[in-house]
Parts: sequence; C-alpha cells; structure tokens
Amino acid sequence: MTERELYDFLTTAALGDILVRYPLARDFLSNIRVREIPPEMRLEALLAALDDTVADEFGLRKEDIPYQLCRFLLSVTPGQAREASVSSLTILGGRNKSGEAENVTLTLARGEVAAVVGPTGSGKSRLLADIECLAQRDTPTGRQVLVNGQEVPDETRFDMDGKLVAQLSQNMNFVMDMSVREFLEMHARSRFSEDVDKTVALCMACANNLAGEQFSCDTKVTQLSGGQSRALMIADTAYMSVSPLVLIDEIENAGIDRKKAIRVLTKNDKIVLIATHDPLLALNAGKRIVIKNGGIFKVIETTPEEKRVLADIEKIDDTLLKLRTQLRSGARITALDAL
Amino acid sequence: MKLITFAGPPSSGKTSVILKLIEALDMDPSDVGVVKFDCLTSFDYLRYEEAGVKTVTGYSGKTCPDHFFVGNIEDAVQWGLRSGFRLLITESAGLCNRCSPYINGIASVCVIDNLSGVNTPRKIGPMLKLADYVAVTKGDIVSQAEREVFAFNIRQVNASAKLVSVNGITGQGAFMLAKHLRDAKDITTLKDLKLRFTTPAAVCSYCTGETRIGEIYQMGTLKKMGFEL
Repeated sequence: MTERELYDFLTTAALGDILVRYPLARDFLSNIRVREIPPEMRLEALLAALDDTVADEFGLRKEDIPYQLCRFLLSVTPGQAREASVSSLTILGGRNKSGEAENVTLTLARGEVAAVVGPTGSGKSRLLADIECLAQRDTPTGRQVLVNGQEVPDETRFDMDGKLVAQLSQNMNFVMDMSVREFLEMHARSRFSEDVDKTVALCMACANNLAGEQFSCDTKVTQLSGGQSRALMIADTAYMSVSPLVLIDEIENAGIDRKKAIRVLTKNDKIVLIATHDPLLALNAGKRIVIKNGGIFKVIETTPEEKRVLADIEKIDDTLLKLRTQLRSGARITALDAL
Repeated sequence: MKLITFAGPPSSGKTSVILKLIEALDMDPSDVGVVKFDCLTSFDYLRYEEAGVKTVTGYSGKTCPDHFFVGNIEDAVQWGLRSGFRLLITESAGLCNRCSPYINGIASVCVIDNLSGVNTPRKIGPMLKLADYVAVTKGDIVSQAEREVFAFNIRQVNASAKLVSVNGITGQGAFMLAKHLRDAKDITTLKDLKLRFTTPAAVCSYCTGETRIGEIYQMGTLKKMGFEL
C-alpha cells in the first residue's frame, strides 16, 4: 500500500476497520492519551473531540495526526523489500593498521557460519563495525561490503536503521521486569507476528532445547540463569529478529548447547559471524577469518582433517557436559572412561 | 560554522556520543566548540577539555532549561564564530520530558539509551518527536529483542527520524552518525530562526509564545551566560 492509499484509508475508514488491519494504531493513539476508540467513529471525529492542549503538549498539530499515524504504520510495516533482500554479503579487503592491503574477497551467504579469531585488540570489532555500517571504502580500514554482490548506496545504508545486524554477547542482559511469555509476546507483536501464540511456543521450545536446565514461560526474564538467558536470546533472535546477520561475541560454554545454538540460527537463514576462541565453535564454522594488526590476515576454510579433530573435541565437550550433570545431581565423580 | 543541537535525558550518553562523533568527523578538536546547557551542575567539561574541545557550560538554575537555551543560543553561536570554530555543538540535558531545544533548519539529535526501559520512547515528548536523528546508546548490554522493541517504540513517536545505534564507549555507530551530520548547515546567526516547539511556560517573553531568537525579542526573567574568549 502506498503512503497516499494508506492515508486515504486512515482518513475515510471507520476506526474499527482501521484497528482490525492495523492493531498498532491503538498504541499510537494511546501515546496521545486517547484510550476510548469507538469502532463506528472516523479518525477525524475522534481527533475533533480531543482536547487541543493535549496535541499541543505532545508537539503535534491535530491536523497532522492522521499523517503522523500513516508515517508510523508505514515505517513499521514488515515485508519491506530491504529486510528480506539480503541474500549474501561480500567483504572486499581494505588495509591493516600498517597500511598493507588485505587482499581478501569473502562472500557469506544466508545459512553460513564464519568464525572470527584473533587476539584482543587485533581488530575484530572493527571488522564487525565495517559490516554493521556496510562500509563503502569510507571507514578507516577502506573495506567495502557488498550486499548481493552490489555496492550499497548511502540512502540504503541510512535506511537499514540498524536492522541488518542482530548482536549477541556475553555482556547482554534482560533489563525488563516481565515474564518470559510477556517478553516474547511483546517482541512478537512489534514484529507483526500473525500468530503470536505459535511464535511464542516455537521460541519457548527452542530455548528449552538449547538450555541445560528447563524453564517455564512464567519465569521472570531477569531470574533466568546465564545459560537460560543466552538460550532465550538465541531462540528469540532466530525466530523473531528482523536482521539477516547475527554477530556473536562468544557463547559461554556452560549451560547451553553451543553447536545446536548455531544450527538454530543457520536453519533460520541467518548469516552468522562468531568471534570466538572456542575450538568447538571455530571448527564448526565453514570458514574462519583470522584478524591480525587491524586487518584480515587470512581466511581459512575448515579442512576435512579439522572436521575429524572436531569430532574428538565434541567427545571431550560431551565428557565435560556429563561431568557437570553429575556434579549438579550430587553424584560422585568416578573414572572418566566410564562416561 | 556548522551547528548541531543535541538533547537527551540525563546520563543517556550525550557527551560520549558527541566525543565519538567529533572523532568520526575526523576534525581537529580545536576546530570544535561545545556549549553545555545544564540545570544544576555538570562535570562534562572535564571530558571535553581532556579531548581538547573548548567548552562553555551554563546552568539554568531556577529557570526552565529550554528558556535558558533559547535565551543564550544566539550568544553561543556568536562566541563560536568569534572563536573561529568550524563546528559548534550544543548539548542540553532534557530534564523534563517536554524539553525540546531544537531550531528549524538546524540539525538536531536526540540521544536515548536502551537501559531506560522499552516504553521510555513513548513517554518522551517533543525532545524525541522533533529530532532529525535519534542516537540510541547502551545497546551492547541489553538483549537484541529489547533493542528491537525499543527501536519500534521510537518509531511510534517519531517515524521520520534517522535512527542510529551508537556505542558511546567503543564508538561503534558514530561513523554513520557522522555521515549524516557532515552536511549540517553552515550558519552565521540564528536570529529570526524559530524553535521547533514552544518552551514550557515561565515568566519571560518566550513564555508568552515568542519563538524568535535575538536580544530584541527577549524580556522578563532571562538568565544570560558569559561567553568570554
């Protein structure tokens, strides 16, 4: 629907019909203290009854409100081409801190995972920042990021509004005081989920599948353990986030099935970049980007031999997991071979 | 000289964002001046000084901070011009949510932080609603879902602003903000320009609806700042 068509609809239809098609109009109106919305009434009549001083206090002119509502609904309406249109990202190398060329062309498609490795301060964040702003040879590194093999004009970069990248890091917490269900419902509604209950159920099942310890949807998000929080964040990002690209800054190795976590994200068509020093995660990725001296030093494809080593690492990881479970249940630890 | 106005709730990260912006604009700090409008006290000048940015701080005290802003902004601009700055930034702490120290035609940035709660954007009035750019800070410590709902709630209040997520500590995102603001308008005076929104009522000419800037329009209780070179 074009802006004109939507505007005409909002100014001619009955409020009841508007709310059926755009439930969020209720939120918008409640922001200017309109609580009662008679379904038969038109927007104009509703606004005419609104106290002049109220609109004034909010910095609105009454006659502008239908237009503001129209702009809001358009700006949050999903399915806009730009969100769905990222099928691949290509990073064209720039320079490292010493000005040496990176000589890298790296393409990541949806469903792909790449690890980013390198010491602290080597330039991992810089790479993630270049991707986030879709650098066009205009950042200090001189890198260029292509979307679907194409250069990205500034207008598109501005329009992304931070929607390109979802981030997950160990420092992130839930700060809202609400239950897991309320939390997921709120996110689902803001994403215009057609079936909120179904989306919430999907996320819950997924989060519990990832978490070492189960939790119910009546738990407060702030009461979840570190592992449970991370599991919920990953499930939520996989099923509800708009962003095609997920940047992960380590996943702690306790209380969450890391391998499954990455699989959940890739299965939901995300491009996953994970900064990690965890061999299990790094070798699980198809590629790893090695960062050194502020630049991409090289890109290593995971070899069949490394995949074999990965199988051994998984066994070690599995042993540790079993030990943890034994400790948690109060058992005595006996020989490792018995596990 | 270019002028950019910043506003935002206390401790939302305005000073950090401004400092990262100056870095991202790749300007010599001595070419930039900052005027900080605060209410009772502020320690931000220490951070600006440390970065080599000249700053003047004014305290509105018992008068409304927005009245204080409009009563002093032209003097601030003239100070900036006399100092030979290429860029002047004003930073206002929006202490009541009604604050809106923005001027028609002058780039305006509202800084709000994810930690303030997902519904906060819906409660902030003109300060958020009338901004050209919204810089959202502290996204690195809340969940992705909360960030998305927060951005969504900003859209409810201001659908046309450009949203930029900025990390005030690492500077991530400041690059995009700089790209937006690089073309801020060059000015030599603000005289006769208008505020985007009337200020809250007090007892001066601006209380009675005056919006024009300049000494001749100012009457009543107006506190002046000193701009010495």
